[in-house]
Amino acid sequence: MSSYDRKQDEVRRMLGASRPALPPGLTARAAGRGRRILRRRRRLRTAGWVLLALAVCAFCVWAALVRPWVASPAQTPPLVWDR
Amino acid sequence: MKQRRTDRERRRAREFEAFAGGAGGRLLHTALLLTGDPAAAERLLTEALADTYARWDRLRGEDPYERARTELALRFARSARRYRRRPGGILGRLSPQERLVLVLRLHEGIAEEQTAAALGLPVERVRALCARAVAAVRSRPPAAVS
Repeated sequence: MSSYDRKQDEVRRMLGASRPALPPGLTARAAGRGRRILRRRRRLRTAGWVLLALAVCAFCVWAALVRPWVASPAQTPPLVWDR
Repeated sequence: MKQRRTDRERRRAREFEAFAGGAGGRLLHTALLLTGDPAAAERLLTEALADTYARWDRLRGEDPYERARTELALRFARSARRYRRRPGGILGRLSPQERLVLVLRLHEGIAEEQTAAALGLPVERVRALCARAVAAVRSRPPAAVS
């Protein structure tokens, strides 16, 4: 065992000397907070899906009304060179 | 659907409670060594445990203790500036980064390579920080240790 290992062991013992007790409400508080994080995430996800559905609906309505795939008739008359 | 969700939530709460009851004391000790202040340690641990709770269903075999410990270390590293001037505890004289490396390496027994990977530091830097921290802690007079 090198002297550095011995020093590390000594420090390790110093670190482990005192052990605090877990306060009674901490676990429940953490769980409640975790539940809130999950709820918030679920709400955000739901909102995202709703927004996506609305966007798809709006696009469909627009496409049905405008029919962008139908070629519009030519608006400019052919040039006629009058010579 | 609703029923399945409540079942899952109940199971998650039960498993989490068992885990936190068992591992909480050790994690609190780690947090206390890092922050040197009981109130800050409890706050840090509560945040790390809440994050672990939120990830519980997606741990996929990952050890929840390791998850919570990593979260604790990263949260401490991110907010390290807040803990710079905190003279409490036996690590009070060390910088937050030295404290973090010392606690992860010696108290938690994580290998040098893993510590370096978790903190995003080169292995040599972790080794140097640890050596400096060990020297600084040992140079304290024994009377002031307790």
